[in-house]
Amino acid sequence: MSSLTIYKRELSSYFAQPTAYAIIVIFLLLSMGLAFSFGNFMRVGDSSLEWTFFFWHPWIFMLLAPAVGMKLWADEQRTGTIELLGTFPVSTGSAIIGKFVAAASVWLVALAFTFPIIITVNYLGKPDNGAILAGYIGSFLVCCTFLAITMLVSACTRDQVVCLIVSVLICVTMVLCGYDDFTRELGKAVSPSAVEAVVSFGVWNHFSSLNRGLFRLQDLVWFGSIILVSLLGTSAILSAKRS
Amino acid sequence: MIEVESLTKQFGTKTAVDHLSFAVNKGEVLGFLGPNGAGKSTTMRMITGFFPPTSGDAKVCGISIVDQPAKAKTKIGYLPESAPLYRDMTVLGFLRFCAAIRGLSGRAKKDAVERAIETCSLASVAKQSIDTLSKGYRHRTCLAQALLHDPEVLILDEPTDGLDPNQKHEVRQLIKRLGQTKAILFSTHILEEVEAACTRAVIVDRGIIVADGTPAELLAQSGSGSLTDLFRTVTTRDTESAA
Repeated sequence: MSSLTIYKRELSSYFAQPTAYAIIVIFLLLSMGLAFSFGNFMRVGDSSLEWTFFFWHPWIFMLLAPAVGMKLWADEQRTGTIELLGTFPVSTGSAIIGKFVAAASVWLVALAFTFPIIITVNYLGKPDNGAILAGYIGSFLVCCTFLAITMLVSACTRDQVVCLIVSVLICVTMVLCGYDDFTRELGKAVSPSAVEAVVSFGVWNHFSSLNRGLFRLQDLVWFGSIILVSLLGTSAILSAKRS
Repeated sequence: MIEVESLTKQFGTKTAVDHLSFAVNKGEVLGFLGPNGAGKSTTMRMITGFFPPTSGDAKVCGISIVDQPAKAKTKIGYLPESAPLYRDMTVLGFLRFCAAIRGLSGRAKKDAVERAIETCSLASVAKQSIDTLSKGYRHRTCLAQALLHDPEVLILDEPTDGLDPNQKHEVRQLIKRLGQTKAILFSTHILEEVEAACTRAVIVDRGIIVADGTPAELLAQSGSGSLTDLFRTVTTRDTESAA
């Protein structure tokens, strides 16, 4: 119940300020722009949207997801409202859930606004809409993972800029680890087992299989566990800061 | 109604509050005095459940804040020191949010918000964004938040700080009026406030109580009939403690 109250407040706060609109517009420009330019959407004829559209999402999210999540706790700590929240009869856990789901909802709205591309592929060809749905789920999970990490970072600092820089750095690392070109270069420098260790931190293994329309338990566990650990970590940091 | 039992808070090796014990009964307004850094805010943060105490306990209406924080918090209205607020909300929106998080809904929520707005004279700015309010109004909005659920215990951290003389007078009158039916603990630097609003006062210094009594008793204790003199004799000055 209290999670819902906090969720509503956070969500209306995103849409009461230009933040959500700016991010949604930039996301749409980038995702469509990349699909039609570098993605060669019109020439490739990729009706599953795997390479032309979804491929670009982790690259966009690694920069934009932290921009949505950075204020979540940093701002509470800077303005002191965390003291109000801490003395309301709500648990830290429900506040974390409310805030996280609100930030995720902003991204759900952003992803929903990419619907013209689904209409387009359905008009031009006969795509497997199930695979497209899986692609969207993969995208959303990557986004939620980055948001959860940003939330963890934002619990550590009261400065939104610091939070943004640190979270973007972590997200960029997670996108680069496991990206083929990067691992190939890395393979020249370090041993194969080290490469494998690095790759396991990357999002591509898990994102790509979903993107191909494949639901594997291991991918869901990977996304789920990173999100869960980040949220639990957020709670631990917020409690530790008070004692 | 507030029973503080041997409350202690240590930050690292520094003891901010040292085995503090006192009680505030219904119908009592306890002034909490002391120099900056004496541990007033820390004590209040522990009673309201924001900081977990290192040792000791505080009971609000017989409920331990350590053992049953969520239940104890429902009994408390708290005004933090800097009157933090969610600046992106309107006064009405903010109060509705606080009422909802306190578990009020429907008619009860509407009535509570209306009553708080009336008590704190906020009707003229109710629909205004908090960002655009003057300091006096912001302070009163935060005070209104503390009164929403008609708590039995009020904890006010420097409620008159930064207000103009008219506003100070109004807040003191409000504290006096509310004090007839509630237990109020409020901290202040302004010694006249003790005579104007308190039924009893304690002076803390370096985390321990150095004087305790009704305003008349404290005046008698001072010898010269001036609270300032008493304050200066029983507390340590910054310059001394540094030496």
